[in-house]
Amino acid sequence: MDQAVFLFDILLPALMQGLVITLQLIACSAPFGLALGIAVAVGRQYGHPAISWLCRTYVFLIKGTPLLLLLFILYFGLPSVGITLTAFMASILGFILCNGAYNAEYIRGALISIKEGQMVAARSLGMTRWQAIRSVILPQALRRAIPGLSNEFIYLIKYSSLAYMITVIELSGAGKLVATKYFTYTESFAAVGIVYLVLVSITTIAVNILEKRVAVPGTVRATPSAQL
Amino acid sequence: MDILPILIDWSPYILSGVASTLGLVLTALGLGILLGLPMALGQVYGAWPVRAVVGVYVWFFRGLPILVLLFLFWFGIFPAIGLGHLSAFVVGAVVLGLRGAAYQSQIFRGAIQSVGEGQMIAARSLGMSKFTAIQSVILPQAMRIALPGWSNEYPNILTDSAVCYAIGVVELLTITSRIVTQTHMTMPVYLVAAGIFIILNYGGLKFLHGLEKRVAIPGFGTGAT
Amino acid sequence: MNDNDIVLRVEDIHKSFGGIEVLRGVSFDVRRGETKVFIGPSGTGKSTLLRCINQLTPPDRGRVWLDGEEVTNSGARINHFRQKIGMVFQNFFLFDHLTAVKNVELALLKVRGMSKAEAREKALTELRQVGMEDWAEHYPAELSGGQAQRVSIARALAMDPDVILFDEPTSALDPELTREVLEVMKKLAKNGMTMLVVTHEMGFACSVANEVLFMENGVVAEQGSPDLLLNDPRFTRMKDFIGRIDSRMSD
Ligand SMILES: Nc1ncnc2c1ncn2[C@@H]1O[C@H](COP(=O)(O)OP(=O)(O)OP(=O)(O)O)[C@@H](O)[C@H]1O
Ligand SMILES: [Mg+2]
Repeated sequence: MDQAVFLFDILLPALMQGLVITLQLIACSAPFGLALGIAVAVGRQYGHPAISWLCRTYVFLIKGTPLLLLLFILYFGLPSVGITLTAFMASILGFILCNGAYNAEYIRGALISIKEGQMVAARSLGMTRWQAIRSVILPQALRRAIPGLSNEFIYLIKYSSLAYMITVIELSGAGKLVATKYFTYTESFAAVGIVYLVLVSITTIAVNILEKRVAVPGTVRATPSAQL
Repeated sequence: MDILPILIDWSPYILSGVASTLGLVLTALGLGILLGLPMALGQVYGAWPVRAVVGVYVWFFRGLPILVLLFLFWFGIFPAIGLGHLSAFVVGAVVLGLRGAAYQSQIFRGAIQSVGEGQMIAARSLGMSKFTAIQSVILPQAMRIALPGWSNEYPNILTDSAVCYAIGVVELLTITSRIVTQTHMTMPVYLVAAGIFIILNYGGLKFLHGLEKRVAIPGFGTGAT
Repeated sequence: MNDNDIVLRVEDIHKSFGGIEVLRGVSFDVRRGETKVFIGPSGTGKSTLLRCINQLTPPDRGRVWLDGEEVTNSGARINHFRQKIGMVFQNFFLFDHLTAVKNVELALLKVRGMSKAEAREKALTELRQVGMEDWAEHYPAELSGGQAQRVSIARALAMDPDVILFDEPTSALDPELTREVLEVMKKLAKNGMTMLVVTHEMGFACSVANEVLFMENGVVAEQGSPDLLLNDPRFTRMKDFIGRIDSRMSD
């Protein structure tokens, strides 16, 4: 078959369809992953001991479990206890749970790094504890957590590919189907790889710009030279 | 039906899955050091073509999902270069290792660069060659600095190793799925598998943190004083 | 005095960084057993000069000779010369992952190829020289600045150098600790070690230096015995400079 025909009439359209699904997966997971991360971090750091324990256990369990196994549990396991999710829903739920746990770790680290004086100052102005957390501590912590959170976002882009393993035909799934049907493994997966590289590279650049824009003066990173 | 008898029946099979998973992880970690350390040295001390090649390698392997890398090498690249006879296990371990090298090289690079400039200057002022200085002054310090970050590669590779299921490596997740199919004890079997992964995860981390303490030097790096 | 007494010869050293000429032709001879003190305002190229001598910074022009052999343009043999030209830094630069005694041993093992036992014995001897043998098994982070600097002197001494370069060895230290390091350096001078010392410690310069070189703008502006530079009315620039640091210190 003509290379150009294969590329432009078969491979690229399929990949574009897959890309749309991939972007949907990311768009549906990322905001909830962030919200969950914030909730878990705050719950762990400032919550009632029982809530704090719950948050810690959640992070512990999720970080120890392979995401692919988590997806299997949600998609193949849950029906056996009476909960049936579509593959798309199961994927999103898995990504949110996973992304949320990792985000929580970064946010918690940032929360810890905020000086105690900030809370004292806010309380002295008459704010309640929750008001202080919401309007003084969290805005600072989130800013500090941005490098970690962006990393996790990039991971989310890449790990969204695992949805294919529970039958969602997203970008890598689309590539796999074309590869198998037309026996063009290297070309198809290389093309899929390029799309991911583009996605990841664009995101990395965007994230760097974001980091610079919200950087707090006086925290410039130094890169010592090791040349001699 | 109860889960316990099933587990006992299947335990040799489960253990072989654990062994296979650990085999993947250890090979990948080993390959990651073997390739990642020279890459880091190349990036810090090498001429620009070396730095460029390593940079592209890192960009490529960190930019692609592990699933796509496994597909690309298993179905595409290895057969195309005449390595189609390699077992899924070998391909899985090699791909995890190649990818691990990309991540680990950046951990090592950061560690090497964080060793104070004065260390190299002092070493050279004593008449050490650059090679000797790197080998006996820079690297012993850099490796200690890198260890905590490097330890965190272990859980990453462990959880990624489950994706090798996709190319038919008979590791823990594959075994789990087979037991599920055979026994129809879906949820309990999955949860047991998750439990095993969690134990492997934190057991390994505990070991690595113990190692960190063992090689810690008073007042140096993040080690305990 | 005949030429054989000259252990180090520095000839017309020039060095620029990014178009700015930091050293603009510096020359001097160093006799065996002599102590020369370099003094001058910040940024005049004193550190650069010392680093040009052992080629940590290769000079753009000019030559350095050690015992009649050319150090400049010596290719891989530079590592041989660097053993013979010890260096002590303002911030010590001890190897942070090694105990005091291992700091001293390392180059003996790796460069001199000594056996472990030999290196250990030599290292302990050198540590004794600087009064640090009781601290042999301590890591740099466990030492005071003065102690760390004495270990770094022992590390340089261990290579049996013909000359040691000191770049502001006491500038990072409190007065108390400064004294203990200067005591060690005085002892070395008395025992006949050849030393080039960049320092602002005038007391040390007056009591130990055979010659003081006052550097300004990349050249040696005044040169002579400490007595001459401080008391002869023909020399004014170093006195002005010292007056300026003294008044700053008494503020
Ligand atoms: N590696 C380098 N690259 C660029 N500029 C340099 C380098 N090393 C030194 N310089 C510059 O050369 C000039 C002389 O520096 P040098 O450290 O030799 O001065 P100094 O007399 O030792 O001063 P100080 O008393 O502050 O130690 C300074 O302006 C410095 O910024
Ligand atoms: Mg200086």
